[in-house]
Amino acid sequence: MSAVLEIEDLRKTYKSRRRGDRHALDGFDMLVEAGQVHGFLGPNGSGKTTTLRTLLGLIRPDGGRMAVLGQEVPAGLSTVTGQVGAIVESPQFFPHFTARDTLSLLAGAGEVPATRVDEVLELVGLRDRAGERVKTYSLGMKQRLAVASALLKNPKLLILDEPANGLDPGGIREMRTLMRDLAESGMTVVLSSHILGEIQLICDSVTIISLGRRVAFGPVDQVLAAHSHGAVRVRLDTAEDLAAAAEVLGRNGVPVARHPDHLMLSGVEKPASVSLLLAEHHLYVSELAPVSVDLESVFLELTNTAPVPGQHRQVDESVQIGGAEKSGRAGGGWGA
Amino acid sequence: MSLYVTELRRLAKRRLTRVMLVLLVLGLTGVATALAFSSQKRSPAVIAQAQVEADAQYRQATKDWEKMIAECDAAQARGEQTEDRYGPNCGRDWQPQPEMFDPEWSLPYQFDFRGEFSRLVAVFAGAVALFGFVVGASFVGAEWSTGGMMNLLLWRPKRLAVLGSKLAALLSLLAGVTVLLGALWTAAFWLIGSTRGTTAKVTAGVWQSVGLSGLRALAMILVAGAVAFALASLGRHTSMALGVAVGVAVVSEIGIRIGTGIAGVRFADRYVLSTYAMAWFEKQWKLIDHDSCQFVQGACEPKELIVTWQQSGLLFGLAAALVLTAAFWIMRRRDVA
Repeated sequence: MSAVLEIEDLRKTYKSRRRGDRHALDGFDMLVEAGQVHGFLGPNGSGKTTTLRTLLGLIRPDGGRMAVLGQEVPAGLSTVTGQVGAIVESPQFFPHFTARDTLSLLAGAGEVPATRVDEVLELVGLRDRAGERVKTYSLGMKQRLAVASALLKNPKLLILDEPANGLDPGGIREMRTLMRDLAESGMTVVLSSHILGEIQLICDSVTIISLGRRVAFGPVDQVLAAHSHGAVRVRLDTAEDLAAAAEVLGRNGVPVARHPDHLMLSGVEKPASVSLLLAEHHLYVSELAPVSVDLESVFLELTNTAPVPGQHRQVDESVQIGGAEKSGRAGGGWGA
Repeated sequence: MSLYVTELRRLAKRRLTRVMLVLLVLGLTGVATALAFSSQKRSPAVIAQAQVEADAQYRQATKDWEKMIAECDAAQARGEQTEDRYGPNCGRDWQPQPEMFDPEWSLPYQFDFRGEFSRLVAVFAGAVALFGFVVGASFVGAEWSTGGMMNLLLWRPKRLAVLGSKLAALLSLLAGVTVLLGALWTAAFWLIGSTRGTTAKVTAGVWQSVGLSGLRALAMILVAGAVAFALASLGRHTSMALGVAVGVAVVSEIGIRIGTGIAGVRFADRYVLSTYAMAWFEKQWKLIDHDSCQFVQGACEPKELIVTWQQSGLLFGLAAALVLTAAFWIMRRRDVA
């Protein structure tokens, strides 16, 4: 597969005499291959929107390299703009225009056939409300309009920043289906969202950014596998045997956490070996379940943004990846 | 070209553009209507009526004068002092004369196209310039503040072309509105002059002068629109342009006048912006320094300073060029966040 989007060592620093320098992007890397739905995740203030704005020519980078559809940007941006549809941050439209006017004007500016306007309005479910002013729209309807504007060009690369924001559950499901359909039609989709369950369902691969640096990337299942830590839940026939089982496992170097009705093991590469070991000591397993992690827990772990009781985390308090190890790659076979 | 046409469509679709255009047309119609109603053609019957009124006023004044003399004589006969009340010689020297009661004073106002239309061109220019300023500022200011500009830049990343197309669309609209409404304005007052006033002595030279005034008006309107556009683009908000306009008006028209008055600066109005606006429309504006004369020493011609339309053009042109250059320079370099 060819790379549709490449970012290497991207840097952007905001200088302020009062507050000092803030590195919004600190050597960020990203790679998205053709035909994928790629999740772009990060806590608030981590640099997601700055990355997208920089990629789309709205912000000047201080260093690094970017390429979209094989063209170096920002130099070659005007060559590929017609093939890139994007919404960045919340949908913003002139409130007194109707949805149809809004799209019609964008189509005019982008030299897109006017017939495409009705096609995308139909696609996002705004056909019957297209004649109403945008200011009367709900957030979810504005979001649909934003997606429509991004689809207007029938792009090869679609970049959507929080497209599900404000959508009702039905709308979220429709958006998910739309993303998948678009990817199946050959469109590459980059999706930034905080709804991690959606990302896990929709995306083929993800990039996680924290404090302007990539902290994880790769296919979703590999990222999850890399952070599952071999956790296994064990239940025995009788709860009275849990203490003996914990002792056996502990003696054999398996980290164990005791719970009233089960044991939690970690670092277990082969769960079957646990069953075998306990059986040798006449302790019989009734449940042996590898505990899968979800994207949310991986995200919280990687970005160090899990809530702590009694503490109020500030926006920029995320994980700092130090030294030479700039980014953690989850699993092999996915080149940078 | 597509971007320019799109921006022209966008500008024409904007509610503020339409509302302001309606207000402009209503305002100009109001001025024309008021002037039409106040003007009355001086027909022979109207002139004769004025002469009758002037004669009546003369007769009434003569009668009052004679009565005053009689009262004065009676007072003197009673031995009273009369000079304070009636003047020397009982006011006999102040006999009313027929030429003191000009029938012209009794004539109704008659609109004179030749004498008055150039001033009405300035009124028209002021109104359309205000329209251009507000529409120009809002056109780009609202685009910035609502995120429309960012959306557009995602479609057309050539920033200078985007801003340039918007400016070209604005100036085209302003030029179109000025030419169209200017033609209607001229036709309306020609009609008023023909039907309820006078269009006498309107020679080819007068029309040439009207044409040149119109061109200067058009230039002023375009400059107003372009400056507002540039200021709003610099501040990324409509209020930036409106704020600067109010600020300049307060500083120039009030602050400078007060400051120079306290400091005793000669020809202080040469530092006031409206002087240059007047000079632009009137071709020249004369400033008079009355303090340069010591009238107790006899007659004196006070010193004068002439501000020409060329000086005004240079000032406004430079200001517009400066603000526009800054707007395009910043547009090229700024981060759109």
